[in-house]
Amino acid sequence: MRRSLIVDAPRRKKTRLYLWRRLTPYFFLSPFFIFFLTFWLYPIIWSLVLSFVNTRRRPWTLDWDFNWLRLVNDSFFWEALRNTFLIFVGQVPMMITLAVLLALAFNSDLLRAKGFFRFAFFAPLVLGAVPYSAVFQLIFNGNFGVANYFLNRLGIESINWLFEPVPALLTIIIAVTWRWTGYNAIIILSGLQSIPNALYEAARIDGASAWQCFWRITLPLLRPVLLFTFVLSTIGTLQLFEEPWLITATGPGGATETLLTYLYKQGFRSFNFGYASAIAYAVALIAAFLSFLQIRFVGARDE
Amino acid sequence: MKRQKWINSILLHVIMIPAAVLFLLPIFWMLISATKADNQILSATLSFLPGTSLADNWLELSDDLPFLRSVFNSVGIAVLYTILATLISAMGGYALAKFQFVGRKYLFALIVATLTVPYAVLAIPQFILVARELRMSNTWWAVMLPGLANALGIFFMRQNMLSVPSELLEAARIDGASEVGIFARIVLPVVKPALAAVGIILFLFQWNSFFWPLLVLPDKNAYTIPVALGTLVGLTRVSWGGIMLGTAISTLPFLVMFLFLQRYFIAGITVGATKG
Repeated sequence: MRRSLIVDAPRRKKTRLYLWRRLTPYFFLSPFFIFFLTFWLYPIIWSLVLSFVNTRRRPWTLDWDFNWLRLVNDSFFWEALRNTFLIFVGQVPMMITLAVLLALAFNSDLLRAKGFFRFAFFAPLVLGAVPYSAVFQLIFNGNFGVANYFLNRLGIESINWLFEPVPALLTIIIAVTWRWTGYNAIIILSGLQSIPNALYEAARIDGASAWQCFWRITLPLLRPVLLFTFVLSTIGTLQLFEEPWLITATGPGGATETLLTYLYKQGFRSFNFGYASAIAYAVALIAAFLSFLQIRFVGARDE
Repeated sequence: MKRQKWINSILLHVIMIPAAVLFLLPIFWMLISATKADNQILSATLSFLPGTSLADNWLELSDDLPFLRSVFNSVGIAVLYTILATLISAMGGYALAKFQFVGRKYLFALIVATLTVPYAVLAIPQFILVARELRMSNTWWAVMLPGLANALGIFFMRQNMLSVPSELLEAARIDGASEVGIFARIVLPVVKPALAAVGIILFLFQWNSFFWPLLVLPDKNAYTIPVALGTLVGLTRVSWGGIMLGTAISTLPFLVMFLFLQRYFIAGITVGATKG
């Protein structure tokens, strides 16, 4: 009896230690996992379910096509989708082109005072959506804004930026471009810096011009990074909220209503959670589809 | 050849300097408007010099709203959130990088996959959960809870934890160090730069966050700075000087920080891009 106790004590300690060692990763992971489960996985599934629920009446009842049928026939939804699409087409390609040019400039040893330029182009990154939207509303003020002040100086007539449909969309496009070009340039710059210098040296020995180097070496090797920025910008544009909400208040007459401002109105003004969930899933489906297209066409030759 | 290089360089600057000035204009305009009265801001003769109404603008700003209270809420939420979310990301990233366990691969894939889910999908259930079921509206926790599991944060921490040498951890285990002790005294100090990068990005994210706080903070006294400013912008009679002062207060610390901590900001920004 006594002997076995002496032998057992360390062994029991050992198994306990072994068990603790096995449980350690779960211990470290559990805080993340609990919040991830509660606030990410569960909502993703829940909002899918909600999109099939009629939440206009209490009690909520399952009604498969109630929200989705409304979505398909809702002209406001299609208008929001159209506006979002116009912003996407007008903004993303231009911004990525600018970001590539900016990254090339930063990567070049011809550029001096890089610290100054870095601050100028990357400082917008730290500005929140609300502060910068407020400033842009002021700058694009129809009567006394700085934008019109400069236009007048150039001999161009004032534009009623915020209260006419096309200029309002343009204002949003300019604002978003100002805020996100630097961000994309940083990502593209990190891609540029990972291209081995030896490639350029070899090309130069073969007599390639700088122009050829760009089209034959830089651009093809940047493709994965460009794809990444395109996909991110797509998801971002589809979720545009603060800018149309604050700069143009989704006006004039809904000309800058976007998918997310419409979702906000349905979900948190009318508290129609079911319909808002359908809009949310429509956004997710469109984002997935566009990302898929981009990966298909831009990234096809990668694998 | 050298002359050509000179000409190219000058050409580059001829393009870049006006572009940089244009990019700086909104920030400059924000700072300068914060010091002007409304009739100077909205005037036919624009002045690019600072005004003298800084103090009046502060009074205007705190007249409509308890703005100092918003500053306090914003600082409190952002600091608490950053500490908690960075710690949670580091712990999770450590488990994913340095341990073998059942389901590790799938969990990691799941976390990365959620990075592509638009936030819109989460907003409504999160709102029902936090505001309706947990009844947490107008509290700091309501703002913080949904973001505590940050997929980008854990992803970045995991990538950095991979480079922590396993021999170091084994040696510490043989010496009888506890698992928590190893994490706190060996792992965390090694990944300090990564912690700084994640911390800065999470802080910035929370500080600037608008959509979610707008949903769960209906009460004036609970407003964060973005919610307070967002409400002011929406009013019909607004004091632009006051709003610009508010935006300046909320961004100036970061502009200054950005000057000194560029490296960490940029490391944080390229987090997602590192996987290529």
